Parts: sequence; C-alpha cells; structure tokens
Amino acid sequence: MALLEVSNLVAGYGETEILHGVSISVDEGEIVTIIGPNGCGKSTLMKAVVGLVDVRSGRVTFSGADVSALPPQRIARSGLCYVPQTDNVFPSLTIRENLEMGAFVRNDDFSERMDEMFDMFPDLGSRPSLRAGSLSGGQRQMLAIARALMLDPVLLLLDEPSAGLSPGMVGSVFERIRGINRAGVSLLLVEQNARQALSMSDRGYVLSSGENRLEDEGQALLDNAEVARLYLGGSRDRTESDSPK
Amino acid sequence: MTALRTAIRRISLSWTAWHTTAIIVFGAFALGLLPFVKMGLVVNGAILGAIIAVGAIGLTLIYGILNFANIAHGDYMTMGAYLTLFIVGGALSALGMEAQGFGPFTFGYPTLIALPIAVALVAAGAIALDVAIYRRLRDRGVSAVVLAMASLGVAIALRGLVQIVWSGDAQHLPRQSKPVFHLPMDVRVPPDAIFVALVALALVSAVYLTLTRAKMGKAMRATADNPQLALVSGIDTQRVIWWTWGMGAALAATAGILLAVFQAQMLPSMGWRFLIPLFAAAILGGIGSPYGALVGAFVIGVASEVSTQWINPSYKPAVAFGILIVMLLARPRGIFGSSG
Repeated sequence: MALLEVSNLVAGYGETEILHGVSISVDEGEIVTIIGPNGCGKSTLMKAVVGLVDVRSGRVTFSGADVSALPPQRIARSGLCYVPQTDNVFPSLTIRENLEMGAFVRNDDFSERMDEMFDMFPDLGSRPSLRAGSLSGGQRQMLAIARALMLDPVLLLLDEPSAGLSPGMVGSVFERIRGINRAGVSLLLVEQNARQALSMSDRGYVLSSGENRLEDEGQALLDNAEVARLYLGGSRDRTESDSPK
Repeated sequence: MTALRTAIRRISLSWTAWHTTAIIVFGAFALGLLPFVKMGLVVNGAILGAIIAVGAIGLTLIYGILNFANIAHGDYMTMGAYLTLFIVGGALSALGMEAQGFGPFTFGYPTLIALPIAVALVAAGAIALDVAIYRRLRDRGVSAVVLAMASLGVAIALRGLVQIVWSGDAQHLPRQSKPVFHLPMDVRVPPDAIFVALVALALVSAVYLTLTRAKMGKAMRATADNPQLALVSGIDTQRVIWWTWGMGAALAATAGILLAVFQAQMLPSMGWRFLIPLFAAAILGGIGSPYGALVGAFVIGVASEVSTQWINPSYKPAVAFGILIVMLLARPRGIFGSSG
C-alpha cells in the first residue's frame, strides 16, 4: 500500500475551487515530483495534504490512516512534514530556536537530532544563535528543510525548494534533497526547475488546471515530447493557459 | 539580484543610522532638560513608567501574537485591583486575616496573599472570554477591527460590572500611613513605590525569561512570526493563544493592583483611563515588541510626570496622547518596530 494516497481531492479557497479531483500517491522511499504551469494547483495540493486548506471532498490517507479532516498540527505529529515555498522560517527566532520549534511536539531529548542537522548543514551549525531573518536565501531554505526534519518525518513535502536561489545554490539544495531521501525519507516535491527535479525522481505527475494530466516515471516524463514542449521547454516562460490541441 | 541585495543593505544601514541618531538626539535633549527638571518628578515618572510597562508588555504581546488590539486591557487592570479589594475585604477578612502596614509598606500582608489569587482569576477570566467570545469570532474569520470592537464591548461591560458591584466611588485597600523616604535632590519616595518597582522588575524579568527560555514562550514568538508555519511545525496554536491571554491578562491585573497601591485609591474608570498611556507606550516602542514597550513605558511615564512642572496636571493624559500622535506621524512602526 502506498505511504501517501490522495484520491479525487477537491479543494480551494472561499468561493474558488482550485483542485477538481486530483489523485496522486507516494510509495515508501520514493521521490515524487509534481510539475505543471503556474496556477495549476500544485501548492494548493500540498497545503490540502498538510491540512492548511480544507478538503472539500476526496480522501488523503497517510500510512493507512485517513488524515483528510485532521488539523495541521496533528498531521505534522503523524510524521508528514511540510516546507512552504515562502515564509518558511521564523525570522525573529535564532537558528537554534527555529529547530527547537521544528521539534516542538517532541518530548524526548532531541539535541542529537539537532547536531545531525548542524552536520548536514554546516552553514547553520557554525552560527546557531544567528537570527533566521538575517540569513541568505539559500541558508534560509536549508534552515526550513532542517526545521521540518527535526520531527524525523516519514514523508517530507517540499514546495519549490529551489525557488529564488542562485544556480549554484540550486544544485546544492538538490544534492541535500537526494541525501535526505537516501537516509530513508520519502519525498514529494513541487518544482519549477522541472528538468533537474524529474531527473532525480522515481515518478512524476503533471497537473493542469487542477486536474491530473500525466503520470509516469521521472525519466519517462523527461523523454515525453509533449511534456518537454509544454513544461520543460528551453525558455522559462510561465505557461498560464491550457495547452493547445 | 545584486540590486536587491544593495537595497537590503541600504535599508539595514539606514535602520542602524536611525537608531544612533534617535538615541543621540533624544539623549542630548533629555540631558539638556535635566537641570531644569525636578528630580522628584523624574523618579515619580519612572515608577509610573514601571506600571505602564507591566500593562503595555501584556498589551503588546497580545497584539503581536494574536494580532488583536485589546481595548479591554485597561479594564483587566481594574478587575485585578477590585478583585484584590474583594478578596482582602471579604474572604481574608472573614478568616480573621486583617492587617495594614506590612514592613515599610502601607498595605498589609492580606494584600500580598490576595494579589496572586486576583491575578490568577483575571487570567482565567481572560481565557474564558476568549473561549466564549473571541474564538467564535476568529473561527468565522472576522477582521482585526471587529475583534477590537468586541473587546470594546467587553471593556464597557467590565466597567459597568465593577460599578454595579462596588459603586462608582473611590475605594482603597486597607492602609496605614508610613514615613516617606527622603533622598538627595529633594526626591521623596513613598515606600509603596519601592514595592511597585520591585514587582515590575520581577515581572519584566519573568516575561523576558519566558519568551527566551521556555518552550511555550518560544512558541509564542514563533506564532507571532508566522502562525501557519507554527501550525505545520506541530505547535498547537490554540494553546499558544490561551497562554498569551493568560500571560497578558495576568500582567494587566498586576499593573492594576500596583496602580491602586501607588495611587492609594481605585476607581471603576482607573484602567480605562490608563489605556491611552498603555497604547502610547506599546506603539512608541513598536507594537508587538516587548522590549520596545518597556522603553516606551518609561518615556511616557517620565514625560507625563515631568510635564506637570510646566502645564496643569489635568492635561497629563494629553501628553501621552501627544507623543502617540507625533510617533504615528513620524515613525508608525515605533522605535524598535521591525517592519513597516
């Protein structure tokens, strides 16, 4: 059975329905990437899975349990952790305090886990009492990921981890992501950098206008002519409209 | 990208420049005035500032963490004072505990017993009000203005309740006259002022330690920074909200008791009238910042007391209001406000 199973998910904000019945799944140990044009509902899908957006119909099951109606803090406790695209650190808290907040629900001694994070991200370990607000974009992204890892998640959801980073930093972030996966954490990614993300993914989904469009192995999606033309094209233009016939 | 980085550097540079300039200008101004100012007024203002600080830190915490302008904060102060009076005059007196003049102070030991009980009652009441009123409104997704108006209603109701139970006349805790301490430069310090200063210092330290050391205190700051991220980190924000109300209201109640002790009387409108100094101090320091509220409180306290040397004391509340207006025009985010 899949670790995360999203079936016929309908969700949105207020009057607007963004997802019109999306189904995806993530198996244990996998890296799965969701790509699609801006506004297709990738971020909304993630927020609905972690409980920040209400699920109107459909089901989200995690490790066999239905989590569709659980509040976000309960979902986080069950081992499903999420890193938003923006505003993903507590700026007025120090690096160490950010990690402590990541471990908020842990009542055991998590200092060992924190040391592991400092080893994994030496930039953070060198100045743990620096305020997160003064970090660079790349360091913030590292801290955001480290915060989510403090709970020892089974599945990590990353929303555009490479957004706004310099090309050099992007490579380094992807390298860390691969390392996290090797350590046994399953990953669900949303990425603008589709080519790089798909090349390291086991599987990928293409969303369009809040619906499933394609699903295949990562490499197969990269080789798919239609996907290449629509979403991986040489230009980095935003494709807002639906694909031509 | 580089343009952005330069812009950020420029902003942070001008931020430090603003601080240095503000401190130098303000310091020079204050020092220049000092020879013309009666030291007694400065000391009195500092004591008043300590009371304002205790109230304003609670106000600013509630604003920063809950994004809630608590108009009823002054009336939580009033409740603290009257509940102390009630416990001292009722329950403790019935138990035969009656005394005045504890050590050098005017009030008796029953007041010291009643203080933590009254504070706990007000804190519990504030949490109950959140459950009964504010949480329902929040769940409906109402705006901050609607919440503020709801707290205005609570403020009026509380004041009315105090008037019904204890009448509109001035009341006071059982007290006994005690000699005033005479210090050089014609400064006279009533012994109760020492008590006020000690309690305020202890509370401000306790708030500082809570926010920087305790798990719940850090979760409060995290929730103030980013409530959604706090939720997905597994923080139970409803519990954070209740702790914030409890802490904020406990501080308000203590400020009310200290004010009643310092002024040697209490009136149903005492807290309501204190609301402008509280907001002025919180906004002066940058609303949401506890350290800012501390500094703002002393500026407001000293400025309003010292002003009585030149203007009629009945205009004292106008001084806090004037500082508030100037601050809002010149620098709305306050001295220590982090972002616009």
